[in-house]
Amino acid sequence: MSEHLTGFGLGMRRPHYRSYIEGTAPVDFIEVISENFMIPGGKPLDTLMKARRNYPLALHGVSLSIGSADGLRDDYLKELRRLVDMMEPAVVSDHLCWTRIDGFNSHDLLPLPYTEEALDVVCRNIDRAQEALGRRMLLENPSSYIAFPGAMTEWQFLAEMTKRTGCGLLLDVNNIHVSAVNHGFAAADYLAGIPMHAVGQIHLAGHVQGEHLLIDTHDQPVPEEVWALYRAAVALAGPVPTMIERDDNIPELEELCAELDIARGIAADERIAA
Amino acid sequence: MSLLNLQRDFRDWLVTGEDSAAAALGGGPGTLVYQNNYRTALVSSLAETFQRLVLWLGDEAFEAAAARYIDARPPSSWTLDAYGEDFTDFIATLWPDDPEVAEIALIDWTVGQVFVSPDAEPLAPEALAVADWETAVIRAVPSLLVLPIATNADAIWQALATGETPPGPEMAERGTALLVWRQGLEPVFRRAEAHERDVLAWSAAGQGFAAVCERLAASLGEEAAVTTAGTLLGRWLGERMIAAVG
Repeated sequence: MSEHLTGFGLGMRRPHYRSYIEGTAPVDFIEVISENFMIPGGKPLDTLMKARRNYPLALHGVSLSIGSADGLRDDYLKELRRLVDMMEPAVVSDHLCWTRIDGFNSHDLLPLPYTEEALDVVCRNIDRAQEALGRRMLLENPSSYIAFPGAMTEWQFLAEMTKRTGCGLLLDVNNIHVSAVNHGFAAADYLAGIPMHAVGQIHLAGHVQGEHLLIDTHDQPVPEEVWALYRAAVALAGPVPTMIERDDNIPELEELCAELDIARGIAADERIAA
Repeated sequence: MSLLNLQRDFRDWLVTGEDSAAAALGGGPGTLVYQNNYRTALVSSLAETFQRLVLWLGDEAFEAAAARYIDARPPSSWTLDAYGEDFTDFIATLWPDDPEVAEIALIDWTVGQVFVSPDAEPLAPEALAVADWETAVIRAVPSLLVLPIATNADAIWQALATGETPPGPEMAERGTALLVWRQGLEPVFRRAEAHERDVLAWSAAGQGFAAVCERLAASLGEEAAVTTAGTLLGRWLGERMIAAVG
């Protein structure tokens, strides 16, 4: 039986595997990239199985390609279902994006136009994925560097998507900030438009300033602007399981746990304020 | 523009990098970010998979080869780990006069595949209890792969993996092959002994131990054939290469 996700977690990354296997990392849950474990056997699966005994798990995918106009891949869904059945995660998530078309796979989270046609495609694909997995999924708001002309804003698209499919949202606060700066919208408007009852998990991360745009790199500590936005998000959403994604330039576990304590503090402040 | 056409235009931009393809997406600095992300992720994935090849070639030559591969073979698999599947053959075309280069790549790739191959409990030597040697078939662990090699790429690879100075490239004897498999969670490999490839291939084809000995006897004589097959089986059991005999 899968646990319910609560509290504060981290993405499980290789330099810290030992602490998760031994159960000494002071976190409430762990998250891994699903595709790294959609494999026949061997050490990675053995490691995850051992860590899973110590922590509730979130599976976070990057290759479902929920926005592909030509639909989802059966082999992908089958492998993901196999991993889900094996690990019994509390959460299964992916991104509102597309990665694949006509047999080409970009291995990047590419942006969608927020049109009625795209909404139909995304909802059809979510229905199929949730049926194949036998469970509700969470979809994460992306960071993006191109915005296409569309009939609605990203938050309107997300709201309609959750209404039509019953899926939940993984709210990435850093992604909201990055896209808000890159595309010139107000992050407060974004938060106000999100159906907070659908938010099942929150991601925090860092970014860098590129030549023209903010780049979502996950290789920096969570910056002040993102903490401020997190405070606003939890004030609206209430207690939501929250974690930090750090995929590069990975510091000692203690440093990440200290960052996680900042999130704990903000969430506690907002609970008192409420 | 339909979603399908937009996604095809985006693919064309990532694959070709041509200005006209970027213009179809509206141009601007954002298109360059995606172009950079695409190529960086693929080069990083190849460098992770082919770590000893990177050491043998050096970063610059490796990245140049990776860039040509990315242009020639856009990725199709949903997992980045599969992207290097054709890289060994591609490398062979770039270094046709240096066969050790592609063979180092082949060992990198194979060790990676073995690392995540299906799990199997190896048969413990003390658990070997065969009722009928006439029909008993030796079944190797599922991770076992046999790699024919023509050079000393194995010695070069091992030296690179342990941070030692690698030997210069040399041709190996004809018929040289590596056995690559997983002991517990760790991939290992070594050169196959004389007749070892044959015995493994015959067994993998479902021939019983008695039939294997009979075929071996054609070149070794009956007594030596039984001794050789028995010695090999003992070695394989000790090396945790056998899943079952029966």
